[in-house]
Amino acid sequence: MRYLPLTEADRRSMLATIGVPSVDSLFRDVPEAARLSAPIEGLAPHAGEMEVERTIAAMAAKNISAGSVPSFLGAGAYRHHVPASVDHLIQRGEFLTSYTPYQPEVTQGTLQYLFEFQTQVALITGMDVANASLYDGATSCAEAVMMANRVTRRGKAVLSGGLHPHYRDVTLTNARFHGFEVVAAPADPEGEEDLLALIDDKTSCVVVQNPGFFGQVRDLTDLAAAVHAKGALLIVAVAEVVSLGLLTPPGEMGADIVVAEGQSIGNSLNFGGPYVGLFATRDKYVRHMPGRLTGQTVDAEGRRGWVLTLSTREQHIRREKATSNICTNSGLCALAFTIHMSLLGEEGFKRLARLNHAKAVQLADRLDGLKGVEVVSDSFFNEFTVRLKKPASKVVNKLAKHGILGGVPVSRLHPGDEALADLLLVTATETNTDADMEALAHGLKEALS
Amino acid sequence: MNTQGRKTHIDTLGVEGGNAASAAAGTISGNRALMLEEPLIFEQDSPGTTGVDLPEPPTFKPRLGKVRERGTIGLPGLSEPEVIRHYTRLSQKNFAIDSGLYPLGSCTMKHNPRLNEKLARLPGLSDIHPMQPERTVQGALELIDTLAHWLKTLTGMPAVAMSPAAGAHGELCGMAAIRAAIEDRDGSTSHRRRVLVPESAHGTNPATAAACGFTVDAIPADATGRVDLEALKAKLGDDVAAIMLTNPNTCGLFERDIIEIADAVHKAGAFFYCDGANFNAIVGRVRPADLGIDAMHINLHKTFSTPHGGGGPGSGPVVLSEALAKFVPLPYVVHGEDGFSLVESGEDDQANGKEFGRLKGFHGQMGMFVRALAYILSHGADGLRQVASDAVLNANYVMASLKDVMTASFEGPCMHEALFDDRFLKGTGVTTLDFAKAMIDEGYHPMTMYFPLVVHGAFLIEPTETESKQSLDAFIRVMRGLAERARSGDAEHFLGAPRMTPRRRLDETGAARKPVLRWVPEVSQAEAAE
Amino acid sequence: MSIIKFTKDHEWIKLDGEVATVGITDYAQQQLGDVVFVELPEVGRNVVAGKEAAVVESVKAASEVYAPVAGDVVEVNEALADDPALVNRDPQGEGWFVKLRIENQGDLDDLLDEAAYKEYCEGLH
Repeated sequence: MRYLPLTEADRRSMLATIGVPSVDSLFRDVPEAARLSAPIEGLAPHAGEMEVERTIAAMAAKNISAGSVPSFLGAGAYRHHVPASVDHLIQRGEFLTSYTPYQPEVTQGTLQYLFEFQTQVALITGMDVANASLYDGATSCAEAVMMANRVTRRGKAVLSGGLHPHYRDVTLTNARFHGFEVVAAPADPEGEEDLLALIDDKTSCVVVQNPGFFGQVRDLTDLAAAVHAKGALLIVAVAEVVSLGLLTPPGEMGADIVVAEGQSIGNSLNFGGPYVGLFATRDKYVRHMPGRLTGQTVDAEGRRGWVLTLSTREQHIRREKATSNICTNSGLCALAFTIHMSLLGEEGFKRLARLNHAKAVQLADRLDGLKGVEVVSDSFFNEFTVRLKKPASKVVNKLAKHGILGGVPVSRLHPGDEALADLLLVTATETNTDADMEALAHGLKEALS
Repeated sequence: MNTQGRKTHIDTLGVEGGNAASAAAGTISGNRALMLEEPLIFEQDSPGTTGVDLPEPPTFKPRLGKVRERGTIGLPGLSEPEVIRHYTRLSQKNFAIDSGLYPLGSCTMKHNPRLNEKLARLPGLSDIHPMQPERTVQGALELIDTLAHWLKTLTGMPAVAMSPAAGAHGELCGMAAIRAAIEDRDGSTSHRRRVLVPESAHGTNPATAAACGFTVDAIPADATGRVDLEALKAKLGDDVAAIMLTNPNTCGLFERDIIEIADAVHKAGAFFYCDGANFNAIVGRVRPADLGIDAMHINLHKTFSTPHGGGGPGSGPVVLSEALAKFVPLPYVVHGEDGFSLVESGEDDQANGKEFGRLKGFHGQMGMFVRALAYILSHGADGLRQVASDAVLNANYVMASLKDVMTASFEGPCMHEALFDDRFLKGTGVTTLDFAKAMIDEGYHPMTMYFPLVVHGAFLIEPTETESKQSLDAFIRVMRGLAERARSGDAEHFLGAPRMTPRRRLDETGAARKPVLRWVPEVSQAEAAE
Repeated sequence: MSIIKFTKDHEWIKLDGEVATVGITDYAQQQLGDVVFVELPEVGRNVVAGKEAAVVESVKAASEVYAPVAGDVVEVNEALADDPALVNRDPQGEGWFVKLRIENQGDLDDLLDEAAYKEYCEGLH
């Protein structure tokens, strides 16, 4: 077996050193009844690279990869071009096969990129400080609500109807078990909800997504002021982080916590994971934050260096009183994010964002003229909602038969709401060509006829 | 006062200031040959430069409603070669399993096969959107279902929840399942809020229990390093929801009484959660189902070798017993006549009605699933069993080769990790931390230290099956040499270590007293000072 | 005249009139190592004897500081925010944590005096 270096002779000699006759005797503490004597049933013996590749490549071949067809899917996961050097760098063994930087003297590389990551996240969100990542946007959202509960010592979260249903559901699941209250406003495709009416003196936070799940972009400044006046915190969720290259950042609108899905920068679609949760807040709340933090310091010779810091918030020290149970986070995805963002820089990131918006405007204009298609979103970034004259899920399946991934039917994420059945979320990014857009327009025309 | 954690002191610090690096290295640049000083990416800004060429957007009328376009962000501009050089240099400041033995106990730093990286990047797996119509992702769903099948087979359990994103997230899933099952059975959990957790447990266990609304009650260890069965029985009662037990435990020992523990827990109407962080010690040799376990997470980044990536991403599927099998998070894959499909909502016709909610966005860590499946298929039935055998053999070999110069905490045999404490350093003026730092200069990543908490100054060494005998012998020679050096009275050697690393000991106290958690441009630093 | 008393959890309490000053002992700060942060209660909060009144943190540890007796917090040591090392340098002086208006002076009778506390600490070695 190519991954196992011990030879039979090694094993015999090592057993002799230990002073036992066989490996089985090392397992003598296992109750007799629980010892398996035969190899696991049904699993073939070890296999070479060729055989394993054949098996898994066969599964891969049964999927339609988004890059091979015109694709307009979003709803919290976005297909962007990732520069070739990103994947090259993250596969360097010193990054890929290292672990959490518990020994700072031999993990300055990881610590420094996490410090850069934290800075980039703070800059793009317009916040003071960010952590070294959480699992994804949805779990970050739930963590933010629990942090707001700690900060305000209240226990009721108000969620916008424009929040991604997965973010809402993860928050609700945590609420059920952790024991806090959630008021989730109904789905809000038109952007007309009045969240202030839902706030009372028990409200710890209001969570809004920008751009919203249905696409609208909103100025949250007034909402932030109103939420603060009630003694609550404003949490802003960003499911498409590229939007921060164009829009006024949540920090400038008065957000207290910003959570985001960072997948768009540096990370592939990966059928939904692994992704990277971004989490940023104000300096004054830093000791309430979940997750790891890297801080700057000096070494014994006075040279600048980095360490994990403020660890007393975390589970390995604080145990049942920790701010979160999180341990392993999304280190390598955060590295991919950092490298991609470094490659883009100020100019590149802003251009990428403008390009995305331009493509979406172009697509919206193209689709709006079609019979049976109405663009619902009056404002948007790179994703918008259209109302079709037929159920969106049926239309999407028809399009898929013609080799077009035409969008995400709202009903897939808001099932059971008849009023939303005709709504389709459509995204355009820098990867979409004019030909892609024509293909979608033609496909829709056919599917709706 | 009730303390959690251990004591720390500032190390004596030398000079401060900008030229410290060059002063320490004795070179003009501060570099030491292949060891290169590297500023932050923000300090290499060349405004207007970018490493990505994107087309200029066509003219268009923005549709941003009332939102203004943002001003300057403050990101630096660099070309591609500069960025590649920057991150290559940073990578060279890291220790990694690719470069050497990484005996971090409980973390399972084993070889990460590159075939798995290649397969995870096949466009048919990496470039598929989670919301694509199910018909266009049958292979992806088949892959999840296949991995689920092997995880169930290897553990003997009837069900598995695939979506948790890491071990701690899996714990949350398992404890949520337990709470949901108790609510379903008894109508509420208000009467069962206590969770028993051994003192030696990972910090994630009590943190998870608390996150699920439970209170934590610690169970002591006995003199053999295992759960004290009588103490456990005495703590069981009709207010106990579950026990959370790691097996093999964090002392590297198999809980001999585990079946009796499971019986007692079940008799009390409670559930048995097993922290599966150490499943790599028994995979292919013991099935958790045969031990009476109700729920156990499997860290794919430990047992099944998906790369640790500097702290993730991980993946933590949770296998479940018959009693918990329906209490799963959404979504999950089902296999019907028309192929594979996803149950994403409780309103789905195929839902069982007992799902407890959702734990993360989308469907789980697909990229990790691909790697873990490739690992399982590569090893096969014989290889996986050999993995556990070699991991345990290697740990016992280390234990046998060091126990005369270091102090083993408990009688062996151990499982996949060897636990020592600091009694052998008594009177030397050298602590476990100092010893660890001296290991760094010898070219080794230190073991896990000061954990588990049940022994003083713990050294938890997990060599894994990846190490050859030659590699272990070299490590043993170094550990013996250092132990002898400490006892010979050369404390100085340890207190000043490490000396040859890119940075020497870092001032963690200063970092925590005045946290600097991001880079700030110098201009605004000056403004702030005014 | 002021009275000083100690707890087995290594807090000290010094009574001057109706107001008592509370902190952690020299033994406690030595056990904890370099203090990096102290979380203090809000002024006006009522604390219960034997329950958490503050949290003191070093790099790798966090400790709850219990109120030796019940009372209302009338003042907290703001200086600790900028200079938590005061707890290490002068634990029984400038490194104090909170001042309490105590509910019942008799509660102090149950605590250890200096000699008894010293003896207790010696027994811990």
